[in-house]
Amino acid sequence: MARIELHELAHSYKPRPQGQEDYALKRMHHVWEDGKAYALLGPSGCGKSTMLNIISGLLAPSEGQVLFDGEDVTRRRPEQRNIAQVFQFPVIYDTMTVYDNLAFPLRNRRVAESEVHARVTEVAEMLEVGDLLRRRGVGLTADQKQKISMGRGLVRADVAAILLDEPLTVIDPHLKFLIRRKLKQIHERYNHTMVYVTHDQVEALTFADEVVVFHEGVAVQMGSPQDLFEAPAHTFVGYFIGSPGMNVLPCELEGGHAVAGDLRVPLDNAVIGAARQRQAQKLELGIRPEFVQLSHKPAPGAVAGRVQQVDDLGNFAIVAVQVGEQRLFVKIPEHQTVHSEAVYLGFPPHWTRLYADDWLVQA
Amino acid sequence: MVDKPINQKAWLLVLPVFVIVAFSAIIPLMAVVNYSVQDIFNMSQPGFFVGTEWYREILQNDRLQDAFLRQLLFSFVILLVQVPLGIAVALAMPTRGFWVSLCLVLLAMPMLIPFNVVGTIWQIFAREDIGLLGRWVNELGIDYNYTADTFDAWLTVVVMDVWHWTSLIVLLCYAGLVSIPDAYYQAAKIDGASRWAVFRYIQLPKMQNVLMIGILLRFMDSFMIFAEPFVLTGGGPGNATTFLSIYLANLLQASEFGPMSAFSIVYFLIILLFSWLFYTVLTRMGKGT
Repeated sequence: MARIELHELAHSYKPRPQGQEDYALKRMHHVWEDGKAYALLGPSGCGKSTMLNIISGLLAPSEGQVLFDGEDVTRRRPEQRNIAQVFQFPVIYDTMTVYDNLAFPLRNRRVAESEVHARVTEVAEMLEVGDLLRRRGVGLTADQKQKISMGRGLVRADVAAILLDEPLTVIDPHLKFLIRRKLKQIHERYNHTMVYVTHDQVEALTFADEVVVFHEGVAVQMGSPQDLFEAPAHTFVGYFIGSPGMNVLPCELEGGHAVAGDLRVPLDNAVIGAARQRQAQKLELGIRPEFVQLSHKPAPGAVAGRVQQVDDLGNFAIVAVQVGEQRLFVKIPEHQTVHSEAVYLGFPPHWTRLYADDWLVQA
Repeated sequence: MVDKPINQKAWLLVLPVFVIVAFSAIIPLMAVVNYSVQDIFNMSQPGFFVGTEWYREILQNDRLQDAFLRQLLFSFVILLVQVPLGIAVALAMPTRGFWVSLCLVLLAMPMLIPFNVVGTIWQIFAREDIGLLGRWVNELGIDYNYTADTFDAWLTVVVMDVWHWTSLIVLLCYAGLVSIPDAYYQAAKIDGASRWAVFRYIQLPKMQNVLMIGILLRFMDSFMIFAEPFVLTGGGPGNATTFLSIYLANLLQASEFGPMSAFSIVYFLIILLFSWLFYTVLTRMGKGT
């Protein structure tokens, strides 16, 4: 188990990167605390797998260092780092039995056979694959294979961290939940540092203590699921997390208000001051669909709009409202009904965020 | 259960296959069977029926038994050299970039040369008086002459076949290798697998199916080898490189239609038997029983 520190790390797949855009992973400094579960969340191609491969040593970073418990391991090969990694597609050694598969990492490290037996039995029992031990790798189902791939990481007692690269991609939806729960159990039992890469926000938010959102090679925000939801540090986080994502609309500042067409939202003076100081090219207001207040009566500060569509999802409904040029989404509880097209949308200042050039303005 | 409809017209649909197989395989084969049970002096006169006499004669013939053992040894040596060599070359090949196409083209080249041309190339190349290779080897002080020495003749035939056909094994193995996803190699690194373990547990199992086809093809082809040694050594020195097919050609030249046909049938059955054996053993191995 280890605390992993990424020191001024950057990576480019080109031998001589010219500018920022050549970097798959832009310069960053990051610390993964010992024993915590992290999720790296972002769309495909945002640099999260690159980062994982750098931590495990499959890839040498162009710049910067990787430290395990303060020790520089940047130049060490994967087998010297005591890292377990589970890949998107389960890797199983077809010709070996499940038992031999699980024993493989230990035997490669010349662990005594009695110890191997004890570890394999323990891990098999925990993963509930005890009845498969004598079977060959061929012909197992995808979820069994993925469990065994995980098991190969877990058998090593000294493993510093477990890295998971979209491990549930090929698993049937109804089994995803079970495997995810298994992962949580493993984490609670052994307290490994775990880093879980995914593009599925539900997986990330349910699995991790802290979620890191990646966007174009930059870790735009690291925080608890609640932070990401309530105060996205970047419009991308707002857009990527939540379903539907945050409503973002261009605005201007007038006195103590943010103004977008007829909409006027009073904001904290400190926030307004900070935004002015940044001299941003682009100012935007962001609010989650959950927090927009929809009513049929005009209210001070509320803006008029026309209902375009209502999607009833059972315990709540998503209402699409056209306001001027912009289409906004509002999530309303099941007891509220929409009975005419003309509505008024209110933006509670407490839940309204201001973004300057895509980054959150904070007081 | 749903009852299957019975429709005898379906036979019409498989009829073309029967016709094609009949003309391409069964009828020519039956002609040979016909000859093998008759004594024919002259093609213009009808022969008379001799039963299994030719078969008995053929099977008891010492020279044919020698040729058979020689043939087995040859195929065995060929497989022993070409399979490990082919795998080694496939493993050493680059997997991406410009060099891949270059390697593939270079490797495919020998296989594109007609069989008797290969024989001619090596016949000249290995001559001890004017051949580039033969001359050079003799210059080094090694006594080498494939027309006079049995071992030299064998060596030349084997090297020639290795040169001609190892590429087939290479290409098949390479196809198996490039189909292995990167994740396997990455996982193996993290599991601390040695180079040997990577080969044994990842690469070999993935190559197994294509390798089996390669071994089968190489066995059948080498068992039927004719043109190259015929051009190179003509079966000599003495009978040292007289393989089964060369023996068969000698019978043909002597117009011994009966023994020749009987021998053809036996030859065919031997290849069928060995191929079946190989196939069965290798597929069993694949299932790990």
